[in-house]
Amino acid sequence: MVYGSPLLAIALMLIGGFLVFFALGVDPIEGFTVYFYQPVSDIYGIAELFFMATPLMLCAIGLAIGFRANVWNIGAEGQFIVGAICASAVALWLDHWASPWVLFAMVIAGGLGGILWAAIPALLKTEANTNEILVSLMLVYVAQLLVSYLVHGPMMDPMGFNFPQSRMFEEPALLPVLIEGTRLNAALLFALSALLVGYVFMQRSFLGYQMRVAGFAPNAARYAGFSTRYMVWIGLLAGGCMAGIAGMTQVSGPMGQVTEHISQNYGFAAIIVAFIGRLHALGILFGALLMALLYLGGEQAQQYLNLPSAIANVFQGMLLFFLLGADVLIAYRIRWLSASKTSEAKH
Amino acid sequence: MALFESILFATVVAGTPLAIVGLGQLIAEKSGVLNLGAEGMMATGAIAGFAIAYETQSVWLGMGAAMIAGAILAGLFAFVVLTLLGNQVATGLALSIFGVGLSAFAGKPYESKILPSPQVLEIPLLSDIPVVGPALFQHTWPVYFSWVLLGAMMWFLYRSRGGLILRAVGESPHSAHTVGFPVIRIRYLATLFGGAMAGMGGAFLSVFVTPLWAEGMVAGRGWIAIALVVFATWRPLRVVLGAYLFGGVLITQLFIQGSGMAIEIPAQILSALPYLVTIVVLVIISRNPNTVRLNAPVSLGRPYRPDA
Repeated sequence: MVYGSPLLAIALMLIGGFLVFFALGVDPIEGFTVYFYQPVSDIYGIAELFFMATPLMLCAIGLAIGFRANVWNIGAEGQFIVGAICASAVALWLDHWASPWVLFAMVIAGGLGGILWAAIPALLKTEANTNEILVSLMLVYVAQLLVSYLVHGPMMDPMGFNFPQSRMFEEPALLPVLIEGTRLNAALLFALSALLVGYVFMQRSFLGYQMRVAGFAPNAARYAGFSTRYMVWIGLLAGGCMAGIAGMTQVSGPMGQVTEHISQNYGFAAIIVAFIGRLHALGILFGALLMALLYLGGEQAQQYLNLPSAIANVFQGMLLFFLLGADVLIAYRIRWLSASKTSEAKH
Repeated sequence: MALFESILFATVVAGTPLAIVGLGQLIAEKSGVLNLGAEGMMATGAIAGFAIAYETQSVWLGMGAAMIAGAILAGLFAFVVLTLLGNQVATGLALSIFGVGLSAFAGKPYESKILPSPQVLEIPLLSDIPVVGPALFQHTWPVYFSWVLLGAMMWFLYRSRGGLILRAVGESPHSAHTVGFPVIRIRYLATLFGGAMAGMGGAFLSVFVTPLWAEGMVAGRGWIAIALVVFATWRPLRVVLGAYLFGGVLITQLFIQGSGMAIEIPAQILSALPYLVTIVVLVIISRNPNTVRLNAPVSLGRPYRPDA
């Protein structure tokens, strides 16, 4: 049932989607075609699907490491933004250097930016016992305001007619495109390597094992002498680092500059991806593709069905909700008892 | 109105939604249920309240609809965590994501619409007191409602049998079950109440304060309300005082931005203040591990399954 419950959740989401389309007066067959098939009906669409899934994979694999140990970093959105800011600062600073090392420096800066932002909840959790959920979330709003301040002030393009955006990056600061004519770029390779590293760390390393034990049985982990503080740090910093790199791939992708709207809530959607993927690398790969499809379908629905693209959030929320409900089938076996049997069972 | 008076007035207005949502959360948490979906329930309540108030031109129907909308979402949450024994943290997050998305989706047709200014209820005599009178007793009814709610909750939690049962369920569901109380049903009711209050708090923003709907208008207040319950160490009076403290922070930064002083400090840094203050206060409260441990309901966030 561990792998059955996501499938059940997807089925329930489709039924929910059917009802939503029906309630909105859209022919459900047409709705499903536009939403789930049309976005991926050609090579451009499929490339776009992988392009959208890339930041989700990066954020989700990092979050999954923490979630395994019950470290609830829900501020990936903020870490994503700070990563993007740091990577952009490097790109603007090194704009006269035509070398592949620019990209390398940007990845490092993005990762460090995310780590810096995630270190705040980690420090407050370990030193002051402060709830990491609330702190990491509050920092999302702070990060959004920070990027808004920067693109209205210090990082604003002086020749940009006062638009809140930075200068366009130079060629060496942009990720190479993988398939000509699409937006799919080398960031996908980062994401796939991150999934591989995440897999090895969680399934094959001793530290990953300790973190899983801490998640399943905190008392056993404490008795075995595993350091909780260490796990809080690893859990949060892994999430921050990956989210920061994801932020870097956005500014360094087709966007090529930093603006106020770097993230399309990738950091929050990645939480759903991590759960749908069962906190497992391969699952996250599929979960990210599914979530990307929900985003693309939302755009199509806006274009062809005149529905607000926020319908994507409704589908995403439904999916996670159904999944968490369906998880009861993992932990428990349901037996349907008639009233008389129930009373017998009590005796 | 003098400056101090208007700051005090605006502080009460800004603190009221936090107080209403926080008090609702407090009841749910006292029963042992941690619902992190407050942000989603507030957003959904805000759009439901605005839409119904706009369509029917009745503020009362709007507020009623907001409470029902919040309670429906809370009911979904309760079904997953209480009946299906799902993880409360993850399910609450899902509810937040779902509720915010739903509100953005449902709110599209209502963007750029506006409601008439709500009616102000002046309390006779009290509103004639200089300074304090106009600041505290010339508000719309939800402000007074939040005070009544506070009084009712203090009586209910600490002076009534029902409150004792509720606290027993949150402290030790096993004992409560053994004595014969329906633990799951009580938790359902407490969660639904929390949802209704979150919906109402959201609708107070969209129907009374702004009064219009904009995507993302809740802007983290649901999360601040959850943090408030922790600051308040699960005590109703402190939840409301904390709400006004935060209302004060929200308002002071607006007043500074509005006045000429803002030249030196960028607007975004001032806007970040409420979130930074939340973090600082959380740190101060949590630094001594015993403060939280001694006051939090013991079974908070833990699933309970009665042995058949």
